[in-house]
Amino acid sequence: MKTDQIINAIVTDGTVRTLSIPARLAVALAIGGGVAGALFAAGLGVRPDIAGALQTWRFDAKLAITLVGLGAALWSTAQLARPEVDQRKALAPLLLPAALLGLAVASELVSSPADAWTARAVGTNSRLCLAAITLLSVAPLLSLLVTLRSGAPRSPAAAGAAAGLLAGSLAATLYALHCFDDSPLFVGLWYVPAIALLALTGAAAGSRALRW
Amino acid sequence: MRAAIRGDSGAYHRLLRELAPVLRGMAGRSLARHKLGGDDAEDVVQETLLALHCKRHTWDDRQPFGPWVYAIARNKLIDNLRRRGRHIHLAIDDVAELLAGEERPAEFNGADAERLIARLKGREREIVVAISIEGASAREVAQRLGMTEGAVRVALHRALRSLAKAYQAGPP
Repeated sequence: MKTDQIINAIVTDGTVRTLSIPARLAVALAIGGGVAGALFAAGLGVRPDIAGALQTWRFDAKLAITLVGLGAALWSTAQLARPEVDQRKALAPLLLPAALLGLAVASELVSSPADAWTARAVGTNSRLCLAAITLLSVAPLLSLLVTLRSGAPRSPAAAGAAAGLLAGSLAATLYALHCFDDSPLFVGLWYVPAIALLALTGAAAGSRALRW
Repeated sequence: MRAAIRGDSGAYHRLLRELAPVLRGMAGRSLARHKLGGDDAEDVVQETLLALHCKRHTWDDRQPFGPWVYAIARNKLIDNLRRRGRHIHLAIDDVAELLAGEERPAEFNGADAERLIARLKGREREIVVAISIEGASAREVAQRLGMTEGAVRVALHRALRSLAKAYQAGPP
């Protein structure tokens, strides 16, 4: 078959408009986030003392870390879905939530007595935290992976990992609204591994599902 | 490409016809290093053009076009070498070389596309063959098959997507 003949078919199909990657990701996040939000509202719900919690720096820091993580992961995912992008540059914004967490942990260590550290890090409900973040991220991770199949990632595993981070940060942001453990030590010890596990899951799934 | 994405099919046609010899040069040089022939290179060119088409929304139009084309072509080239059981060492590694490299006119026909088209479902195959090999327009095909032009376009779109996927699955 001649190449010009293939071009005929491509050009005939070529005038169909297509959605950009960021627009596709927005749709996927709306669907996956919607499901996660409904599950959250039905099963967990926002903590009753939310108004008071918002006045404390620990709760605000927790929310800021997960939200900045969400934004950074979204940016990375959109970048890594493209073929020509520099991987390191695409992952760089993820340092931002990590730095925020580091800062929050440092201020916790400075502002609280050493004998309270362990209790705050262990928290009151770490098992629920791990379970909730994992379960709430199932729908967003699936919708993101399905959407990314229309992408052209240079590294399918990296794109999958970013999608895992994104789904995990979304779930963590929701769970943060419910959780009473506000210490940055708790966030570092439980939220971070839960999200990291999702990144690994995303990488493993992506390396298979996102090849093109 | 900007014009093509806005729906200017004349511009799209010109663009793809100009890209083909550039891609052929790149594929030809790499495959020759792996002792593969010109008809194999033509398969890579055709698969790459199809990928450029199916993945065109991954090009951010504020970014330069060359590196994006190169990245897609590189992926398809590596994929092809892997499928053909070759150890991969892609020496050419930057866009400048792709763009500065010699262009090659079409001397060979690709074999993969024809084989993969033959595996498409009845209607889709008829449509692809009529539009590509016979050079018919969507409207002509619609009249011939008693379908609406819209339905022909939808079927063509599906067929091209499954074609792009079939390259990955099937051994060449």
